[in-house]
Amino acid sequence: MLARRIAYRSSMFVVAIASVVALWELYKVVGPQDGGKLFGVSILPRANDTAMPHIWSMLSRYGRPEVRGSDTKIWSVVLSGAFFSLRLSLVGFFLGTTIGVGLAVLMSRFRVVQRGLLPYLVMSQTVPLIALAPLVVSWGGKLEIGSFVWPRWLSASILGTFLAFFPIAVGTLRGLASAPAAALELMESYAASWKQTLFKLKFPAAVPYMVPALKLGASGSVIGVVVAEISTGLKGGIGRLIIEYAREATGDPAKVFTAVFGAAALGITMSGLVALSDVVLMRNRPKESST
Amino acid sequence: MSALEVLAASKIFNQGTTKQVDALVDVSLTVQPGEFVSLIGPSGCGKSTLLRLIANLLEPTTGSVSVNKKTAAQARLDQDYGMAFQQAGLFDWRTVSKNIELPLELKGWEKSRRETRAKEMLELVKLPEFADLYPWQLSGGMQQRIAIARALASHPPLLLMDEPFGALDEMTREYMQGELLRICGETSTTVVFVTHSIPEAVYLSNRVVVMSPRPGRITKVIEVGLGATRNEDTRAAEGFFKGITAVREALRGTHAEHAAANAVRGVEDR
Amino acid sequence: MSDKTGTLAIARIVGRVRQAGPALVFGFLFLALWESAVRGFDLKPYFLAAPSKIFEQFVKNASRIWEASAVSGGNALIGLLVGTVLGVAMSFVLSRYKFLGELITPLAIALNAIPIFVLVAVLNNMYSITSEIPRRVMVTLVVYFIVLVNVAKGLTQVRSTHVELMKSYAASDFQILRKVRVPNAVPFLFTALKIAAPASVITAFVSEYFGGLQNGLGSRITSNIANAKNAAAWAYVLGACLLGLAFYIVSIILESVTRRGEAK
Repeated sequence: MLARRIAYRSSMFVVAIASVVALWELYKVVGPQDGGKLFGVSILPRANDTAMPHIWSMLSRYGRPEVRGSDTKIWSVVLSGAFFSLRLSLVGFFLGTTIGVGLAVLMSRFRVVQRGLLPYLVMSQTVPLIALAPLVVSWGGKLEIGSFVWPRWLSASILGTFLAFFPIAVGTLRGLASAPAAALELMESYAASWKQTLFKLKFPAAVPYMVPALKLGASGSVIGVVVAEISTGLKGGIGRLIIEYAREATGDPAKVFTAVFGAAALGITMSGLVALSDVVLMRNRPKESST
Repeated sequence: MSALEVLAASKIFNQGTTKQVDALVDVSLTVQPGEFVSLIGPSGCGKSTLLRLIANLLEPTTGSVSVNKKTAAQARLDQDYGMAFQQAGLFDWRTVSKNIELPLELKGWEKSRRETRAKEMLELVKLPEFADLYPWQLSGGMQQRIAIARALASHPPLLLMDEPFGALDEMTREYMQGELLRICGETSTTVVFVTHSIPEAVYLSNRVVVMSPRPGRITKVIEVGLGATRNEDTRAAEGFFKGITAVREALRGTHAEHAAANAVRGVEDR
Repeated sequence: MSDKTGTLAIARIVGRVRQAGPALVFGFLFLALWESAVRGFDLKPYFLAAPSKIFEQFVKNASRIWEASAVSGGNALIGLLVGTVLGVAMSFVLSRYKFLGELITPLAIALNAIPIFVLVAVLNNMYSITSEIPRRVMVTLVVYFIVLVNVAKGLTQVRSTHVELMKSYAASDFQILRKVRVPNAVPFLFTALKIAAPASVITAFVSEYFGGLQNGLGSRITSNIANAKNAAAWAYVLGACLLGLAFYIVSIILESVTRRGEAK
């Protein structure tokens, strides 16, 4: 049953992608070659091959070398760039999860902390923390704590952490509070300590809330890392590749797409990893039917 | 030598403010070991509050509660009672046997001892095949049996139950009543049982404590007098109907005076 | 206005302030700690600037911050409006033709996982890099999907008892749409806006990092850092945060205005 649903969803996804490809190529055929206006606004993009390369040229670009004369094919460059960013995102995500869960436990234990901190956490999700990216990255190479010199890549992960720990903290807190009153009473009747109640009741009860929060955290950490890379040109990551290739777009229009797809793959991989944890953590739970 | 003694206990919420609620006023009750006592009464009569006073989940405003010759607080720390609620309250993420093991884990029992006891309890409630299943895979009645198994896992002398069969259909309910009596008989447990149902109270108990609200208090204690055993025929016996009538009248008595009082104030009686 | 409603309003405000107490205290403590840490440890400006310096720079650059906010905010607003309109329109189509929903949902889920704003690099190429259009299109795309997914859910996830009732009145599909689905979808629209409003600011912001016109908040931050004017950069960050907050507050106000009298 589950296998059939997965097969159905995947095939729908493939059809969706195919439709997007079809629409792209269709626009190239019927669209204005030099862009055009719609209701007086220059909203129609240029349909020529420089601005909108054919899908096939994007895909075939992977097989050709990155730079003229070099031996390294672009797919390996994009792959290592995406992998670099993936590692950064994972570091950011784990840090974010640790801090987020820790904060949630703290807030759940001390109402004062919750009342003081929660409004800021909620606010932080509406505010472009991304703006801090260039500032945090500028610490790279300059900040010294004892003998430890701050590596530039850590800033990108830290930014990922910023974007990850807020949704994780909020989701975990909500989950910890979701334990039914009757269960809390039960634990009280067992004269259970706060720690025992936390680990035996509150955390397990929180898991269904933590899983979507972790997914948000995962995509947040990817966004934080990629933006950090883009705003500062961090070497080695996929963000920098996108910026570099974008600059060559007039001469080599398909190149930038290779990096863009790489970034998409990065996001999907990260989210796939977290989705795995979803399957593992929720495997013995009653299935919620979602229409 | 009583199993449980409540002496002139009161529980008043929001004392001194305009929102004051006299949940219990001057309640006294003594229960002998092995007795089955039901608490019955309309909403707001304080039966659940009384149960929670005994369980030390609430502190009495005045008066005292002693369980097993200790204070209620000490009894809770020593885990001298087990509790079962209307919602079975099993943990979805634990298997049935792990659910039963919960109070034993908290007491620090080692693994093999816990597992043996859990198996024992499953045999007692006649659900040994379900040990490795999850609660949501079981019916409501089965979940309640597991909750009872959990409540009795550490073999406490006292069992406190707050309308545990309230969410079950009538047939399952009657079956569960029989099972409960069998289990408590086999373990010689003292039981304090809160219920809304008159037949249930009469079928299960040695004594039925009738309570009334505003303020919450005990109005009458009825000796059921059906003897020590119950079976299929009990529900058709004359003594059973006599008991039900006695309880009903006691309830109506409180209900009537309550209605009369309200009628004077011009409030509609429902 | 009678005296009673006046005192009631004041009591409510006092209650709110008291509730906000710990938050205000925390915020104040945080700023105080920050300030003393910078001064006490003599932290270099490239690491952390003192709140007092930041505030100073904020006031000094106020008009420039305002201009840059107007540019970034303008892009965000346009994208928010167009994206919402398109999203709502498409959600009606989706609720009518279920098959399209099956097609678009997996796509939307996948898009949620990826850093979609990297498309700006592509958009810059498709349009002129010296126009604001790529950024507006990007914001529109992001908002479009958020609104689409939520409103479509609102139009389709109606209680079956309500639909059954309407059918028993021999109501047409259009009548069901008007009387049941659309009112059901309204809270979903506002949920979407509460997410989309800050997202639009963030997207507008991030889009500026891809080159092109350098007159928005994002580019100002990077240029100030490049010129070692960190305190000023923080001031622009503050401006960006205020902009995001403003968008969010407006969306909350809009929601409460339309939901007055509704059961929570």
